[in-house]
Amino acid sequence: MASVLAVDDSASMRQMVSFTLKGAGHEVVEAVDGVDALSKARGKKVDVVITDVNMPNMDGITLIKELRKLPNYRFVPMLLLTTESGMDKKQAGKAAGATGWLVKPFNPDSLLATVKRVLG
Amino acid sequence: MSIDMAQFHEVFFEESFEGLETMESELLNLDIGDADAEVVNTIFRAAHSIKGGSGTFGFDSIASFTHVMETLLDEMRDGRRGVERETVDLLLASVDRLRDMLEAARDGEPEDAAQVAETQAKLEAMLAGESAAADTATAVEPVDAEAATIPLSTGWLIRFAPFPHMLQTGNEPVRMLRELESLGSYSVEVDTSKLPAFESLDPEECFLAWDIRLEGDISCNDLDEIFDWVDGDCELEISPLDAPAEAEPVVEALAAAKTPAAPAPAEIPEASTAAVENPKEPERRQQNRRAAKPDRRGAKKEGGSIRVGTDKVDALINLVGELVITQSMLTHFGEDFKMSELEKLREGLQQLTANTRELQESVMQIRMLPISFSFQRFPRLVRDMSHKMGKKVELQLLGETTELDKTVLEKIGDPLVHLVRNSLDHGLETPEIRLAAGKSETGVLTLNAFHAGGNIVIEVSDDGAGLDRDRILGKARERGLVGVDEEISDERIYNLIFQAGFSTAAVVSDVSGRGVGMDVVRRNIKELGGHVDIRSTPGQGSTLSIRLPLTLAILDGQLVRVGSETYIISLLSVVQSLQIEMKDVSGIGGQAELYKLRDEYIPIIRLHESLGIEPEHRDLAHGLLVVVEAERRRIGLFVDELLGQQQVVIKSLEDNYQQIAGMAGATVLGDGTIALILDVPGIVNSWSEKSALENEVA
Amino acid sequence: MSEAQAQSLGSEAEMAMGNGQYLTFLLGKEEYGVEILRVHGIQGWEPATEIPNTPPFVLGVINLRGAVVPIVDLRKRFGLPDFDFGPTTVVIVVKVMDEDRERTVGIVVDAVSDVHTVTEKERQPPPDLGSTIGTDFISGLVTVGDKMLILLDIDRLINGGLLGSLGDNEVSAYAGSENEEETS
Repeated sequence: MASVLAVDDSASMRQMVSFTLKGAGHEVVEAVDGVDALSKARGKKVDVVITDVNMPNMDGITLIKELRKLPNYRFVPMLLLTTESGMDKKQAGKAAGATGWLVKPFNPDSLLATVKRVLG
Repeated sequence: MSIDMAQFHEVFFEESFEGLETMESELLNLDIGDADAEVVNTIFRAAHSIKGGSGTFGFDSIASFTHVMETLLDEMRDGRRGVERETVDLLLASVDRLRDMLEAARDGEPEDAAQVAETQAKLEAMLAGESAAADTATAVEPVDAEAATIPLSTGWLIRFAPFPHMLQTGNEPVRMLRELESLGSYSVEVDTSKLPAFESLDPEECFLAWDIRLEGDISCNDLDEIFDWVDGDCELEISPLDAPAEAEPVVEALAAAKTPAAPAPAEIPEASTAAVENPKEPERRQQNRRAAKPDRRGAKKEGGSIRVGTDKVDALINLVGELVITQSMLTHFGEDFKMSELEKLREGLQQLTANTRELQESVMQIRMLPISFSFQRFPRLVRDMSHKMGKKVELQLLGETTELDKTVLEKIGDPLVHLVRNSLDHGLETPEIRLAAGKSETGVLTLNAFHAGGNIVIEVSDDGAGLDRDRILGKARERGLVGVDEEISDERIYNLIFQAGFSTAAVVSDVSGRGVGMDVVRRNIKELGGHVDIRSTPGQGSTLSIRLPLTLAILDGQLVRVGSETYIISLLSVVQSLQIEMKDVSGIGGQAELYKLRDEYIPIIRLHESLGIEPEHRDLAHGLLVVVEAERRRIGLFVDELLGQQQVVIKSLEDNYQQIAGMAGATVLGDGTIALILDVPGIVNSWSEKSALENEVA
Repeated sequence: MSEAQAQSLGSEAEMAMGNGQYLTFLLGKEEYGVEILRVHGIQGWEPATEIPNTPPFVLGVINLRGAVVPIVDLRKRFGLPDFDFGPTTVVIVVKVMDEDRERTVGIVVDAVSDVHTVTEKERQPPPDLGSTIGTDFISGLVTVGDKMLILLDIDRLINGGLLGSLGDNEVSAYAGSENEEETS
């Protein structure tokens, strides 16, 4: 099973993502914002990154941009958690190197389906 | 996979309430007309998180409400909308509404739909008024599924040619081909024509293209979903199988532009993604709602939670570690005990006592929270009220990090609000009056918290007009609380405002309005085992000072015996205990007895009489006097014997029975029996009320 | 937790059928029954810590595994003649429901007697008993052998008559009204 870096400043969302993925047998590393995620990502390789967009300290788009600079993360699937109205975020996310997105609100099933999709 | 979303609700509510507090305090920080973008962004982020969570966890009305707030905040953040008082006021009102909605959702109660709709309509009106982007407000409405359905085809021809950089977005063509394969009968041809010569091939880039033939009842939406993420990263042509070969493709090559961020072509797929996702929406939400139910029912019973700093937890773990060491040492003695080791055993037991005490203190520490949790509501309250009353007020918060027990903290909120309102309403003057009195036109209201002994003291002071001494005294004489010729100290006069029925509005100032009964405030504080005092200087202001125990769970007690019963008196109220010298006892009219303590006469209360039990001694010379102080009065409690002093855990009499006058609670003693804890302030008060009554009768 | 749920379910199902098990006890020559599912435990009498300014039938509070639990003397409550506590005197600890709160209260009785299953058929409606106890506290009457068994509604007995209806600070007023009730 895969290892996932789950980044969200909201504890409940983080808990939900983490619980769902762990339930499906994945290993989950949680981070509370971009800075935290970046430090947890360094020196480690995960199979998927799932990140919220709007977070304090470092937002999700900057995080993806920074992660893509790390040799380990050039091809790692990175998913943005966006809201329906965040169209511009999707584009900015893609420009930064995001693989795709998951639109909030989402349920555990769609989260798992999306993760499965990028894991192939 | 079925996951009970209800398990995340508690965390969701906790963080949402925190988010609301952030929103509120940051909104209050906003400078009208010139807002700091980072502050607006912080507010936006809090709204955004609540919206995301409420949508995910099935609180649809909250999600929809927050969405409108978020849209408004988004415009402020982008600078499309200025920061105006009107907007900030509406957002603050929306924060209140949102808090109500969250509380209702948490408690499983229906929200006030009318109020919500009203505030939401105001938000929408504000959005519509100025912004062309107002149509985003309707985006949460589910798209009509019928209209969005795109007819099925019996199959599709797909030309998929990724741009070289596509792999670097983490999108893998092989996975996408597999997804297509899963949709129906599938055949594919690979186009290798763009593949460069081997020596110039960059393995990190993609040069292949595919022509896919897909047969079956497959909707265009399914295809869009697969290619949604690579919009702009590939050349894509999709045409229905039965269409003539030269017909125009249904969806044009998505990648007319080379740059992935090109906005123009994005609109077509976006529209269809919405169509794909939205019809599923109601179903998802219903699932969430079902999952939410058991938790809502259970919510009322849950005891609430505390966030504990890791340092406090670490301290506990260390202490438990020490306890384990002591325990293993004692076990070792027990296994093969020799009298020669008695001294070591004693040491071990002493260590155990120390460990237990430290552990107890650390556990109590967990319940301690900074008073800022209570203070943080005041900037808003002061702002709103002073605005309404046309006063200029500066609020100072001091000692915000002072910690006190969570239970006390929760219960002190309302009395504090009453006191602050009172200061704003009756204490502080209007700018005109202040200027006329030679003061600055802005009044200062200060909330200050600090520790003093085992108590926490919270002061509410203002630099207003002060209490009107003569007026209070006049009123008290009128009501017969003070004799016509009786001269009493200013301090006692000021404290008269805590008497029941003493309307503050009429007494303290001419400002009519919601004069909160100060007697209610005093009663609430007394119920917490505390007391309230007032100091006032005419023309310079008043200070109300609340003194509370730090915790309601434990007290240092003096054990006393009356007859065969043991009672506990809080050491905090004990001034001294003494053997009674009969020459210092004097009676008044055969009723009251007074004891001369240095140059003060203090009343003697025979506990056996007020408690209705048979004492060992009725003769004052044989018992002892415990002098206690409460409500700024000293009295002597006559008991048979002083027992030890010890820390006791306070247990409520109300849990299974009811509150008992004169008793603050009960505790379990070392021998397993129960001893009652005396409510000293209560006893003092009922004594002074009784003697006042007797005076009146006399 | 699940056990408690199962119990309460069982109780609901049985109530629906009108059947229930009752623990019976003696007060003088009278025999009373309380729903067995409400009985938390039975223990020997030991002196309670007296509480000042409470009605005489509240004997005081005892320590029940760390909880402070009031003890009610049912004889005194029902106005039966006093009886010296003897070796069979026991405290039946019951759970009392009052709206959303649950209280634990001990009742002192002369002796526990038996456990009876009462069917709906056997149960007769409470008659007007007049002076000794209000019929409010009685959920029914059953004939067992040649004796009458009085089924108590423990919630009404405790909340309505002993603890419930009083204002928190009105102890003395309460004691007064209680006297009125007893003398009327």
